[in-house]
Amino acid sequence: MSNKYTEDDLREELKTKEYEYGFYTDIESDTFPNGLNEDIVKAISKKKEEPEWMTEWRLEAFRIWKDMIEPEWANVNYEKPNFQGISYYSAPNKKPKYNSLDEVDPELLATFEKLGISLDEQKKLAGVAMDVVVDSVSVATTFKKTLAEQGIIFMSISEAIKEHPDLVKKYIGTVVPKKDNFYAALNSAVFSDGSFCYIPKGVKCPMELSTYFRINQAGTGQFERTLVIADEGSYVSYLEGCTAPSRDENQLHAAVVELIALDNAEIKYSTVQNWYPGNAEGKGGVYNFVTKRGLCETNAKISWTQVETGSAVTWKYPSCVLKGDNSVGEFYSIAVTNNFQQADTGTKMIHLGKNTKSTIISKGISAGKSQNSYRGLVQINSRAENARNFSQCDSLLMGNECGAHTFPYIEAKNKSAKIEHEATTSKIGEDQIFYCNQRGIDTEKAIALIVNGFSKEVLNKLPMEFAVEAQKLLEISLEGSVG
Amino acid sequence: MDLKEKLLSSFMVFEDRVDTNTYVHDVRNDAIKTFEEKGFPSKKDEAWKYTSLNKVLKEDYSVFPKQENALEYSEVKKYFIHDIDTYKIVFIDGKYSSHLSQTTHEGMDVCLMSAAFSKPKYRLVIENYFNKAANNDSLASLNTAFSSEGAYIYIPKNKLVEKPIQIIHFSTGNESALMLQPRNLVVVGENSHVQIIERHQSLTSNPVLTNSLTEIFASKRAIVDYYKIQNDNLKASLIDNTYIKQKQESIVSIHTFSFGGNLTRNNLNFYQEGERIDSTLKGVTIIGDKQHVDHNTLVHHIEPNCESHQDYKGIFADNSTGVFNGKVIVEKEAQKTNAFQANNNILVNDKATINTKPQLEIFADDVKCSHGCTIGQLDESALFYLRSRGIPEKEAKALLMFAFSNNVLSSVKIPELKQRITKIIANKLGVNIGFDL
Repeated sequence: MSNKYTEDDLREELKTKEYEYGFYTDIESDTFPNGLNEDIVKAISKKKEEPEWMTEWRLEAFRIWKDMIEPEWANVNYEKPNFQGISYYSAPNKKPKYNSLDEVDPELLATFEKLGISLDEQKKLAGVAMDVVVDSVSVATTFKKTLAEQGIIFMSISEAIKEHPDLVKKYIGTVVPKKDNFYAALNSAVFSDGSFCYIPKGVKCPMELSTYFRINQAGTGQFERTLVIADEGSYVSYLEGCTAPSRDENQLHAAVVELIALDNAEIKYSTVQNWYPGNAEGKGGVYNFVTKRGLCETNAKISWTQVETGSAVTWKYPSCVLKGDNSVGEFYSIAVTNNFQQADTGTKMIHLGKNTKSTIISKGISAGKSQNSYRGLVQINSRAENARNFSQCDSLLMGNECGAHTFPYIEAKNKSAKIEHEATTSKIGEDQIFYCNQRGIDTEKAIALIVNGFSKEVLNKLPMEFAVEAQKLLEISLEGSVG
Repeated sequence: MDLKEKLLSSFMVFEDRVDTNTYVHDVRNDAIKTFEEKGFPSKKDEAWKYTSLNKVLKEDYSVFPKQENALEYSEVKKYFIHDIDTYKIVFIDGKYSSHLSQTTHEGMDVCLMSAAFSKPKYRLVIENYFNKAANNDSLASLNTAFSSEGAYIYIPKNKLVEKPIQIIHFSTGNESALMLQPRNLVVVGENSHVQIIERHQSLTSNPVLTNSLTEIFASKRAIVDYYKIQNDNLKASLIDNTYIKQKQESIVSIHTFSFGGNLTRNNLNFYQEGERIDSTLKGVTIIGDKQHVDHNTLVHHIEPNCESHQDYKGIFADNSTGVFNGKVIVEKEAQKTNAFQANNNILVNDKATINTKPQLEIFADDVKCSHGCTIGQLDESALFYLRSRGIPEKEAKALLMFAFSNNVLSSVKIPELKQRITKIIANKLGVNIGFDL
């Protein structure tokens, strides 16, 4: 450790550091013309060889979307996407089904190598099954056989529509209805692909399920649709993580994730999000408008963990509807914003059943000229006896050009409700740094230590494989901004 | 004809009747235009998400009372803090009652807005301060457009006002429904100190809607203690807009005690325009029935080294609804700000509702800002402890609720007022406990 490497050097280095994962792979893809109308919706559906009911479902969503207005309440400023200027379908056109890695397009493999997530390595790692999504269509599915033995269905949603129409038909749109919001309606109309997961009764999924999302085609929006169903008494841990190539024009991402935890089931959903946040001048970057929601039946538990470091604009509220008695909802989040990034993120905990519990831990770190908002809702309905909520939102500010905001909404309609909400905003204390210095830890390390400690509560909730990656991401996005 | 149209059409008549100081005339005309544009707030406005005025606005209010009404002091003595000597500015149905009031011009002005508007000697103060703190919210604009009467308090430099000032608005109910729009202006000079108690009281069960606006200007090192007692009957609704501008090292505290009224909305706005300012916002809300109390606070930290303390306690029974919407903004320049916000609530019945939204918007990095918010019940074991020592359930609960609100009560600086509020609380909880807190 050279002592000459000062904080200023580090700051300079990080400022000039280009987005590491900014490259672009040219995979021949068949892309639809820009714009959106009923014909495009029908064409997407046809392209994916979907049954009649799915086409109708999409069209209905499109009709609802047409009459909706883009929401403006979020605490973010951005140039609105031109929805007619986006191509709504793009898929790698070679899509044979692989059984081994040798069959995969070598160019694609090289892409993964650059990202540092070689499939080989992933396969070896503690049994992680990968359903790799490049530009909206599943290309490789691994560990499928092991999962199949347990009766677990883990496949792309387009396959699921064909192979398990009953399950999809029964659950899709039940947690996030088509008319839920502007982006959910848009997604329902044009979703290209995504993951489908079904865990049968009483099965504990033996491995962490994971999907890597990437945006890889200029000017294509990515509309992922994820549906996870955990049948009675089952357990699943699902990981989602993404990186995107650096592109100049704004890319739109409007995903919908639906989780259904039936009686006594448990779903753990973890996300590491590191999409291109735009350059140091705030140009470019991904718009991330996501609707994520889970439904808990009796004694069920849903736990959301997210580490958000990317995207120019983030607009994301993973929520839990605690419908069944004794159900539990959890939300652990770290949102880091730097340069001109804007994040408006948080959660909704809707308590409907008796003895329902929810925990919210949200850590916001803002640096540079970024704006970081926590927006949350805790709602206790009149029949939710003995509902319990604990929320904590802490913000750490670095530099005097960024902002941290909290907008917690708390609505209680039952007298037995116990709700606690705490929020703090501060910078790294001089006394804390002094304490570390005094014990021979230099300032740079001290800051890393403090930031790590600040985020630890959330990092601890991540599965092993992700925790490492998340910590790396935090370092990249942050340390240079510490002043 | 709905209330908005009625107000707009009566503005003409009103404007002809009052004396026209050109400055005030212009302000009023601008304000009515703003109100015409914006109209009454609806639930679609974020700031009014949890409070609907619809029901309240349905009444057929008369905007100008037709006759002057008189009241005997003995009838209304109980509404005064009468055991100490105070200055009093009393209004009956919006008209000044010289009979019940006790004003002064000796070394300071404790008098009427109508006088301040019309007499040339106040002109400079009016032009420098009137409508300089209020913003152009629709209800604030409405009040500004119709501003003609209220309390005018001007304390010059280096003056310690020895007696508290009481501002009381009575409505007699001689009109079937009445809308009042009092306008108060309080200017406190450097190093001066003043204590003010404000109360709105309706004497019958005819509906009253009060849209009150108070502007307070605290100069350097001034100290202002302002107490609002809201214990009206169930037909009276109150929209209380307060705007406070503070200069450096001034200390302003506003205590709001909400026990009565049908719908009460408090818009409390602090603007800190200097360094080392201290602002305190505290409140106790104890309501039941179908009452609705909404505290909407804003503290705007503009300069460095300032502090703000917010502490709101609420106890909600029956079908009542409580709303707390607290916002703290810390500007980029406002380094070393210390902002604290707490909102604690107890729900007594299943049908009571609490909506709370403590908001922080922070643009400076070297600050300490925190907010805490809880909704819960009385501690079962504490209750058991008291009962095991022979205190009946009702009294034990009351004791715990007293203790719950004590943080706010303890900072009331007028002992007689504290006693009075303690009594009101005891009354409200239906107990007879004779002790001071």
